Amino acid sequence: MLFKFKRLCAGPILAFSAACASALLLASAPAGAQTVTAVMQSGLRVTDPILTTAYITRNHGYMIYDTLFGMDSHFKIHPQMVGKWSVSDDKKTYTFTLRDGLKWHDGAPVTSADCIASIKRWAQKDTTGQVLMTIVADMKAVDDKTFQVILKKPTSLLLEGLAKVSSRPAFMMPKRIADTPASQPIKEFIGSGPFKFVASEYKPGLRVVYEKNKDYVPRSEPASWTAGGKVVHVDKVEWVTMPDQITAANALLNGEIDYIEQVPFDLLPMLKGRDNVKVEVLDKLGNWTYYRFNHLQAPFDNKLVRQAAMYAIGQEDVLKAMVGNPEYYKTCAAVFGCGTPFASSYGKDEVIQSNIKKAKELLKKAHYDGAPVVIMHPTDIALASVQPVVIASALRKAGFNVKLKTMDWQTLVSLRDSQKPVSEGGWSIFCSYSILAASGDPFNNTTIASNGKKAWAGWPDVPEIESLRRKFAFATDMAERKAITARIQKLAIDEGVIGPLGQFVVPAAYSTKLSGVLSSPVTVFWNMKKAK
Amino acid sequence: MLSYIARRLLATIPVIIMVAVVVFAILRLTPGDPAAILAGDDATSAQLAQIRQSMGLDQPIYLQFIHWVGQLLHGDLGVSLLSGTSVAGMIAHRMGPSFALAVGTIIVTLIIALPLGIIAAWKQGKLLDRAIMSFSVFGFSVPTFVVAYLLIYLFSIGLDWLPVQGYKPLSAGFWPFAERLILPVLALSAIYIALIARITRSSIIEVMGEDFIRTARAKGVKENVVLIHHALRNAAVPIITIIGIGVASLISGVVVTETVFNLPGLGRLVVEAVLARDYPVIQGLILLFSLIYILINLVVDVLYAVFDPRIRY
Amino acid sequence: MPVSANSEPAIGASEGLADLPGAGTPVSSSGPGVWARFRETLKSGPVLFAFVILVAIVLIAILAPVLGTVDPVAINPAERLRHVSAAHWFGTDAFGRDTYSRVIYGARVSLLVGAGATVMSIAVGLLIGVIAGYFRMADAVIMRVMDGIMAIPNILLAIALVSLTGASLVTVLVAITIPEIPRVVRLVRSVILTVRTEPYVEAAVTLGTRVPRLLFRHMVPNTIPPLIVQGTYIFAAAILIEATLSFLGAGLPPEIPSWGNMMSEGRMYFQLLPGLILFPGIFLALTLLSVNVLGDVLRDVLDPRMARRP
Repeated sequence: MLFKFKRLCAGPILAFSAACASALLLASAPAGAQTVTAVMQSGLRVTDPILTTAYITRNHGYMIYDTLFGMDSHFKIHPQMVGKWSVSDDKKTYTFTLRDGLKWHDGAPVTSADCIASIKRWAQKDTTGQVLMTIVADMKAVDDKTFQVILKKPTSLLLEGLAKVSSRPAFMMPKRIADTPASQPIKEFIGSGPFKFVASEYKPGLRVVYEKNKDYVPRSEPASWTAGGKVVHVDKVEWVTMPDQITAANALLNGEIDYIEQVPFDLLPMLKGRDNVKVEVLDKLGNWTYYRFNHLQAPFDNKLVRQAAMYAIGQEDVLKAMVGNPEYYKTCAAVFGCGTPFASSYGKDEVIQSNIKKAKELLKKAHYDGAPVVIMHPTDIALASVQPVVIASALRKAGFNVKLKTMDWQTLVSLRDSQKPVSEGGWSIFCSYSILAASGDPFNNTTIASNGKKAWAGWPDVPEIESLRRKFAFATDMAERKAITARIQKLAIDEGVIGPLGQFVVPAAYSTKLSGVLSSPVTVFWNMKKAK
Repeated sequence: MLSYIARRLLATIPVIIMVAVVVFAILRLTPGDPAAILAGDDATSAQLAQIRQSMGLDQPIYLQFIHWVGQLLHGDLGVSLLSGTSVAGMIAHRMGPSFALAVGTIIVTLIIALPLGIIAAWKQGKLLDRAIMSFSVFGFSVPTFVVAYLLIYLFSIGLDWLPVQGYKPLSAGFWPFAERLILPVLALSAIYIALIARITRSSIIEVMGEDFIRTARAKGVKENVVLIHHALRNAAVPIITIIGIGVASLISGVVVTETVFNLPGLGRLVVEAVLARDYPVIQGLILLFSLIYILINLVVDVLYAVFDPRIRY
Repeated sequence: MPVSANSEPAIGASEGLADLPGAGTPVSSSGPGVWARFRETLKSGPVLFAFVILVAIVLIAILAPVLGTVDPVAINPAERLRHVSAAHWFGTDAFGRDTYSRVIYGARVSLLVGAGATVMSIAVGLLIGVIAGYFRMADAVIMRVMDGIMAIPNILLAIALVSLTGASLVTVLVAITIPEIPRVVRLVRSVILTVRTEPYVEAAVTLGTRVPRLLFRHMVPNTIPPLIVQGTYIFAAAILIEATLSFLGAGLPPEIPSWGNMMSEGRMYFQLLPGLILFPGIFLALTLLSVNVLGDVLRDVLDPRMARRP
């Protein structure tokens, strides 16, 4: 800092130099306090990770809360808060014993009652949890550190639910907080995680400050994804919202911040090859993007028309426009994601290539009458604003009558709820994206739910998919599960339940002062060290 | 004059009420659902309805309005729908940077623009006039964000004289506070310098053609006294009007600057709140803006009477 | 003192623009008329340059379909972010669209936005401002309403309109124009307030001049010079506000190219492919420069006292 000063004071500001220097020295942080300043993908406003599935809130959750089980990079489940656990021979009774030394941030010990209440709240909102609760006969505390979950039928959903990485991890909270109904946001932010939330410095949408939880007892295994030891090496982590991405990149280059969670692809040339910045893809699994039809209204209530659209749309064009650099994307037809245990490539000819000829044939066969296709186009979400433009262009080439309706995300979300026809303000297509770590099985992946009007916007109605999902919950054999998911893939593509647009990874960038930055599908700050 | 000011202050109340009603109406009629942000992207309709209920958004609009007005009369601006923090607290916290930016811009603008306008008027038609006017046009030929990026590129990245972004309050020391405001103030001032220089030039030229100016010159009064003492005073009214308009429009002008330079001010808060449909925050902010505009306009109108005795209320 | 239009008629009255308020009646009886004065100013280098530029840009806007090489909306992701080349004279943008064609077509939209906002806000603002300035009773009410309108941020108005009716040229124009009206009203009103105490106004009233004629023939001419300056500002501001609305995500639909939204979309590539901002930026700067120089000239020319200056 002093070095920058000498150059400034060479100007007419000589008089200030003495005052400046002393002011700076007075204002600088106490010696030895290490803070990592990070610019995250958006501002944190909602602080209840059970209520919302926003990624930033989930990341906040991982800072201050802990989970009973975690998952490593091979998708294997490991105990985290749980020390010992066992399951009865009939596989219906699970007994969990918490590790020693687990405390809440206010000093109280973590008890079974807390965990049971937390599981209940989580299960109210989470799709896996909801299905789980229909199979759970009882949850009871044996003593302060041991509790049991008794199932009606054997299922692997219990451990998978408790260990899931995203979008709604089963975070543990004190009972008094977990007893808040799941439709209301929590008001206190006490967890048992490796960081503590500094409420006095929280400015919603602007700034969040976390400090190291000195009483945290990490596991001894090496860290991998959300499993293993969560050892914190810095004193504070500060999340700063920076609305302008170029400014964020410049700030990183200038040493004003340490870490950018997601770097826009087109800004990478600014950051690559610099000797004080490292660019790295931390979530190697990445995300997938997709589009959804409105199955209730013309023209996509007609299966042939949906098929025509799927043939017309090509993934390469979308990914090129969205990501640009082929190093960061790949085409993929699997609704459960390429690179995950249940990937299947059925439908790749239809979904990956753009086949305008076939699309035109199908449209003719379907007697398409020129009914307007309204594609909702949000301009304020970077990773959802490019796909509609490319899709519109592809559909127009095939002969669809396309209207691109531009709006902000809020409007899109509220218009999306409308089941009315296009002429009354309805919609035909919208696009979005999700992380693959949360899309790998038929429960986490809400995009393939096909229970008609109760499903996610788009309302596909394919009863067979729903019965397959239920079957999946009780299938414990891997081969059986693969067969089920392969069949779901076929149905999803044939019926146009979801239109995969491909996969991409988003790089992070950080100062070379940081080391030990973990690869993980969710952004974590343990294990990180900062050079002095 | 005092009775005029008193009457104006009284008139504030109906205006605020009108603004409150209009904004409330605009907000509730605009599509958008703050419950959706809280609930997350994959929430079902049933879950959204539950959350809307807990936010009080399921009640009829007039009831929501009455509830809000009731809170207001108790001095309570409510809480943010998304984060639950007090609206008054959010506004108070974010006022500092916007205020610093606005005041800095006004000062820099007046210091630069008034002399430029006077000189251009003095040398009307000559090269200096055309040069100043052309140069000032660049001030509003380029969007503020382009000027901002250019300044960052030159002074932060290139010369490393100033930080790229961020805000430190005055309590952190004068220089850390000031150094982070220099570039934003410059970026924002560009457009206002251009505007005020031009209107100053134009108004003074108007006045310079007057007989009394000829008389003053004939009396042997020096040209700079003619300019400043006689001409400027008479040209004051339109100049003050534009300054008032400029100050008032600063509120929308700061948005881009706060975004690019990462200043946690009110401009950004407006945009974020609007994009998130955080109704209480938006309503609170607009009430604040109305008060500010009313005050500014009142000051401007009073200044008219001060500078121009022909104006009577 | 502001000028009255009731002074001696002049030689200039016989030249075409006699019914332009205040223009056909310069104070001096020996000065040339408006048109002659305008032609005189064209002799100056910078003014001629500005005039030529403006005419050229208007022509470009009109002739866009002829001058553009490629459909400005056609995307081509394989060719995205290319530099200047023979195939793409100004390069391509993030969707692979041709920048040159978009700049040419963008001229239409930007000029429309600028001119539309200017004309609409001045027309409406002038009317309201004159009423507010002259009628004391109306003044209080009107100005308070204007205060209220000013308080509504244009981003809110823009988003509200865009979400109600979908983003389009009309919604953006309305969103830009409405906040400008109170400013015009304040300016007009301030001039009228100054002028209404003038002796010649009293004289006109005594002579039985009816109010509309009094307002529009005698008082409004005094508002013209500051309005011209304000008008050139609104023209520029409208185009820039449109860019800002695009920057914030509430502007014209991206399919419609305008200089404003090209600069906003291109800002990400500022340090990598500056052409995306530079090309529309240069055209914009040149347009605004000409509009302002010519606006100054127009203002000077319409002011009868200019005839007296050496």
